[in-house]
Amino acid sequence: MNPANYLYLSALLFTIGAAGVLIRRNAIIVFMCVELMLNACNLAFVTFSRLHGNLDGQIIAFFTMVVAAAEVVVGLAIIVTFFRSRHSASVDDADLMKL
Amino acid sequence: MDPLIGALVGAPLLGAGILLVGGRRLDRTGHWIGCLWAAVSFVIGVVLFADLLSRSPAQRTLTSHLFTWVPVAGFQADVGFQLDQLSMTFVLLITGVGTLIHIYSVGYMEHDENRRKFFGYLNLFLAAMLLLVLADNYLLLYVGWEGVGLASYLLIGFWQHKPSAATAAKKAFLVNRVGDMGLSIAIMVMFTTFGSFAFRPVFAHVGDVSQGRLTTIGLLLLLAACGKSAQVPLQSWLGDAMEGPTPVSALIHAATMVTAGVYLVVRSGAIFNAAPTAQLAVCVVGAVTLVFGAIVGCAKDDIKKALAGSTMSQIGYMMLAAGLGPIGYVFAIMHLVTHGFFKAGLFLGAGSVMHGMNDEVDMRRFGALRTYMPVTFVTFGLGYLAIIGFPGLSGYWSKDKIIEAAFAKGGTEGWTLGAVALVGAGITAFYMTRVMLMTFFGDKRWQPDAEGHEPHPHESPKIMTIPMSILAFGSVFAGGLFSINSAFLKWLQPVTGHSDGHSPVATWEITVATLVVLILGVGLAWQSYGRQAVPAVAPRGSLLTRAARRDLLQDDFNHVVLVRGGEHLTRSLVYLDHTVVDGAVNGTAAGVGGLSGRLRRLQNGFVRSYAVSMLGGTAVLVAATLLMRGV
Repeated sequence: MNPANYLYLSALLFTIGAAGVLIRRNAIIVFMCVELMLNACNLAFVTFSRLHGNLDGQIIAFFTMVVAAAEVVVGLAIIVTFFRSRHSASVDDADLMKL
Repeated sequence: MDPLIGALVGAPLLGAGILLVGGRRLDRTGHWIGCLWAAVSFVIGVVLFADLLSRSPAQRTLTSHLFTWVPVAGFQADVGFQLDQLSMTFVLLITGVGTLIHIYSVGYMEHDENRRKFFGYLNLFLAAMLLLVLADNYLLLYVGWEGVGLASYLLIGFWQHKPSAATAAKKAFLVNRVGDMGLSIAIMVMFTTFGSFAFRPVFAHVGDVSQGRLTTIGLLLLLAACGKSAQVPLQSWLGDAMEGPTPVSALIHAATMVTAGVYLVVRSGAIFNAAPTAQLAVCVVGAVTLVFGAIVGCAKDDIKKALAGSTMSQIGYMMLAAGLGPIGYVFAIMHLVTHGFFKAGLFLGAGSVMHGMNDEVDMRRFGALRTYMPVTFVTFGLGYLAIIGFPGLSGYWSKDKIIEAAFAKGGTEGWTLGAVALVGAGITAFYMTRVMLMTFFGDKRWQPDAEGHEPHPHESPKIMTIPMSILAFGSVFAGGLFSINSAFLKWLQPVTGHSDGHSPVATWEITVATLVVLILGVGLAWQSYGRQAVPAVAPRGSLLTRAARRDLLQDDFNHVVLVRGGEHLTRSLVYLDHTVVDGAVNGTAAGVGGLSGRLRRLQNGFVRSYAVSMLGGTAVLVAATLLMRGV
């Protein structure tokens, strides 16, 4: 099968993720979209690893997963805390960081 | 003998210190302390003079190095004195005439409660002037130069309770400042050119320097001389300086201050000899001032202002002679000395007249004073004969020589300068005769003063008439004594150098011509002021007369050109500052402020819009990277 197709899929997933981050208000869904983007990247890494015939991309994919796991831990904690104080999971409600 | 040179300056300086620091407890004796220190200085001067005379002409330069003022590598400013024939001549004039004026002031200022302070300033004046003529470098000369400026400011404004005196003092100070600036820049140029400003090295290396540099230095020195010596165009302060007490006018006009410019030019002779353009400029300034001052002198009714115009004119003669180079230096100094005698005598005489006439200065309110003040009349009269150049008297010997030297310059310049000097002699005779006739002859035109006191003209006390008599003696005989066997010429020649010019006109022809213009001048004055009664109120007069009464519009000129011009300049600079400079600054500030106001809107606190900008930024970076790779 043509490896380029994996890359197209990766780009598609990344675009969906990015659009979700930009458009959706629900923090959980935004979070999931971020994960989607990360995994789209992982797919691209693995594809390139296969293309070049070495393991660099796969190694980096593992790193990404570790980072994503850590991010989920911290991010979910923040979302839970935010929800407790605001009774809302909308990212637009967290707009205090401005001039 | 050398330490004595320092004492020469030190004595009056010490006197000034004692009088000014001593305070009111010296009020009763202060004037004698002042006279004492001036006299001490004169005695030291005489001793040094005897010492110089006992040496051979080549060894008549004494030097005395006191200390190094600024010891920096590459810049050595010394405090050292140099006494040669030229300085010696000035020292004797300054201390001699100065002492006489001190003694006279004891009587003249008798009723002034600040007499002690006055004598302190007089001593300071002498000290500054002595420092000026004794310095062995230009920087120390500059110290004396500024000291003279300060002392003249203090003395002209001595009666500072009169606003006119305070203004006159300020004016003298400010106009002098313009000249002082010339001297300071001249010293700076001198230092960059020669690496030194001491007389000896500078004069020794004049030959190694470009003509342009020398001309620059020469013209700057001329500017300085114009300021101190009241030459056109910096002459306007001299007439107003008459606001000071009369002995101050005598001191300024005869012994100190205005002679400083002539000294500077003659002292810097080596520079001027090598810079013909600057030399010609000196001549022109002298010639213009000579006529200018004489015309002003003809129109003034204030006796002191008429004499002030006369001083300006006579100093013009000296500058003219000094600009002629080696053919004129000696005669410039000779005229300076004889002028010192008769001008001091005339001013002291004028002071004596004022003393007897309730401080009246308007000559239209004098008249017929010869019988009331016989001594003043005789001394003033002798001074008058000397200044107009009556044959045999001092002025005749020195002024004739200058006219002769002017002709001897040769060419068109020689003829022009000679003719101007000759005409000047005629005008001198006219205005001095006018002063003489209006003051001492004719009818009584006295009027009660503002408080209604009828004047009772009386002779001044002995303490005033004796100095006047001594000065009159000098006015009569000094010129003749100097000319016996060309004594003065031989005395000064080693310092200033001398060459006899080749005059296209014979000496006797010049003498005759001078006498003719002299008689014409006197006759004209007799016609106008002797035969006809002098009106007590000045007639309207011709356009020239009215202009001359206003000092030939010099103040108006200064006002229109300098004051108004300066105002317009500053106004336009302020406008420029407000619009362009402030505009640029405020514009930048407003621009940055507006821009940041816009940029601030991006900071809206919404995570999603930050995400857009991050995405956009990343896209731009990626695009740029790809584009760069493509290139």
